[in-house]
Amino acid sequence: MKALKYIFIGFIFGIVLTKSEAVSWYRIYEMFQFQSFHMYGIIMVAIVTGVIGIQIIKWKHLKDIKGLPIEIIAKEPGSTRFWVGGIFFGLGWALVGACPGPIFILLGAGFLPVIMVLFGALFGTFLYGAFKEKLPH
Amino acid sequence: MDLIFQTWPWYVSGFLIGMVMLCLIYFGKTFGMSTNLRSLCAMTGLGKKIGFFDFDWKSQRWNLFVVLGAMFGGFVAVHFMSNISNVAINPDTIAKLAQLGIDAPNGKLLPDALFGNEIFQSPKMILILIIGGILIGFGTRYASGCTSGHAIYGLSSFQFQSLKAVIGFFIGGLIMTHFILPLIF
Repeated sequence: MKALKYIFIGFIFGIVLTKSEAVSWYRIYEMFQFQSFHMYGIIMVAIVTGVIGIQIIKWKHLKDIKGLPIEIIAKEPGSTRFWVGGIFFGLGWALVGACPGPIFILLGAGFLPVIMVLFGALFGTFLYGAFKEKLPH
Repeated sequence: MDLIFQTWPWYVSGFLIGMVMLCLIYFGKTFGMSTNLRSLCAMTGLGKKIGFFDFDWKSQRWNLFVVLGAMFGGFVAVHFMSNISNVAINPDTIAKLAQLGIDAPNGKLLPDALFGNEIFQSPKMILILIIGGILIGFGTRYASGCTSGHAIYGLSSFQFQSLKAVIGFFIGGLIMTHFILPLIF
């Protein structure tokens, strides 16, 4: 039963990302060409919704489903990792038009060639794990 | 019925994505899809050899359930909630794509030039998809997050580190779209 609520949230997420076409290679290309407001609108409204929600949580000291205080997890310190890692991800995002969520969503939808992107992404994750200590963070 | 089949407007989609994140926060979790790639690597037993994968991936199982649901959602949306009016991108974008030899959407989410089943016969296209994947997997772990974890969750909680990452995403994306894609196609 615990799993069910996560599957349900994921189900909604998959439908919204598909119906908004955020999973579409075309929409990502169009975004980086600055030829549509669509993707920028999606990201901005999602952030504004999140900001309002998180501010309400903090202001009202809301508890989570188990009654524990809600904590926002802070990102790791550092600078290089965010710039360099970010640029690497951006290159891949614009090349195959998918971020990690959409890779899974598109595979679920039956676009078989996306399996190559998933293999690559798992290998890329492995490479980071293998060379982590040698990389500047 | 049109509401189901047409492209969902940005203000509806953005709001729902924000609500998905807030639901996960309410469940005592966070919002981040790329972490699942690390969990999947850890599930293979890589943790015995590489410290980065030596963590309790079972504590991240909830996120794999989110991904499972998302795959099912993608299936339902593509097979039962789509029509030919979808992916109506800017005609100028379509003209640019035509110059690169990439087919117009006509209702499709993905171009055949990159994701048609014919690509399995093209070593070049297979390599492009794998390299794209490697950049995504390596980049998201190095930056410790992707669009969901940094652009949405990180920026919503005013984290400066996420702003650096998101600026990085756009630098990389612009370089790829404007300078590298024209060389590949």
